[in-house]
Amino acid sequence: MGLFTMPSLGADMEAGTLTEWLVGPGDRVRRGDIVAVVETQKGAIEIEIFEEGTVERLEAEIGQTLTVGAPLARIRGAGEAAEPGTARWTEVVAPEPAAPETPEPQPQRPAARGLAASPAARELAAERGIALATVTGTGPGGAILLADVERAQAVAQEAPDPRAGMRKAIASAMAKSKREIPHYYLAHRIDLQASTDWLSAQNAARPPEDRLLMGALIARAVARAAALVPAVNGHYGEEGFRPAAAVHLGLAVALRGGGLIAPAILDAHLLKLDAMMAAMRDLVARARAGRLRSSELTEGTITLSSLGETGVEVMAGIIYPPQVALVGFGAPRPEPMVHEGVVTIRQSVTATLAADHRVSDGRIGARFLLEIDRHLQHPEEP
Amino acid sequence: MTEDEIRAAYLTALTSVAPDIEAEAIGPDDHLQEDLELDSMDVLNLVAVLQKALGVDIPERDCPQIATLALAVGYLGRRLAG
Repeated sequence: MGLFTMPSLGADMEAGTLTEWLVGPGDRVRRGDIVAVVETQKGAIEIEIFEEGTVERLEAEIGQTLTVGAPLARIRGAGEAAEPGTARWTEVVAPEPAAPETPEPQPQRPAARGLAASPAARELAAERGIALATVTGTGPGGAILLADVERAQAVAQEAPDPRAGMRKAIASAMAKSKREIPHYYLAHRIDLQASTDWLSAQNAARPPEDRLLMGALIARAVARAAALVPAVNGHYGEEGFRPAAAVHLGLAVALRGGGLIAPAILDAHLLKLDAMMAAMRDLVARARAGRLRSSELTEGTITLSSLGETGVEVMAGIIYPPQVALVGFGAPRPEPMVHEGVVTIRQSVTATLAADHRVSDGRIGARFLLEIDRHLQHPEEP
Repeated sequence: MTEDEIRAAYLTALTSVAPDIEAEAIGPDDHLQEDLELDSMDVLNLVAVLQKALGVDIPERDCPQIATLALAVGYLGRRLAG
């Protein structure tokens, strides 16, 4: 009997709130299946399971906040006998909610029919955008009074700001990184003209939904270079460094209004350019919508942080533990460069590497950055 | 298409690719990337939605011309007329 527990979704996570079960007792699960949704400081995360079997019973209820390692469900492996009393647990599971008898949409205004509320309470709730259905009434027969709406608003304002939670999570991961990892930094200016010209020619013939971004060329170059330099790609744990066989490329995605999340593109070293672009598009959209999968938050083996088109020139980043390297790209810009012995204006970008000195030295880091450069000189490679 | 219609189409497209931005909060000279914090992926998505909604071709080199609401209304008006 396997115990499926609340996974750690990063060095910075302590607990998560279960918001959805996608399986119930008796359901078969396979490695990689999404079985639950957990609300964390990084948004709602789809939790994958990494064992095969049948769900014996659920150990956690919707709405429960559970620390990392707390039991979520018991999984019976193939060939194991069902526990006596399984049927009892099966009964406990709530049936699918019956479809509402009236298919019409619920009224959107808070002044819903059937809710007893004083006119003043209705007016204030409408003005402040509070749904009356969420307010507990203390008047006659449970009617909602003005004071109830005021109280509900006060409670809503005390609710923690999710951005504040994310800031705290970033603070804890970055402080841990700076405390434990002896970083060293390297910077290298890359001539981006070949990639820029190739990309313009490609995109001229493509409709917008098929166009490529420089970010995809950069991600491909970083992933392929990391596959060749094992000392920058992997996890550092209690037993030291474990290089990874695959490159799961974390992408730092900035969220509007503040905050940052770095989900990974799995097996990024194997992706061709269009597949890389599609993967980035999908990952960025889901990071913004707060719907990432647990493996994307835990499997990253190296992170790429790009400052975008309008940013500054150089970034010296902080490694995201337990990884051992972070690649930073500044904003590409035209700069005077020596090209074929002549100073000319070339599109260029500065790439930086923050790497863990417990695992690699400057020489290895330099080889990695030069390998990225080499890939960016050959944008046409398959 | 009138200027108002183009403005409305632009705001609809923008709020569809960045649902957390409110149309009323967008000023005529707010820059997509510098003020509204869109990234290159968002801008690409915006171009795709606009091209579909308005039926005009927006080549990649013209992207700076839709960087603000005011710029876009002028540029898209010219493209639609031409």
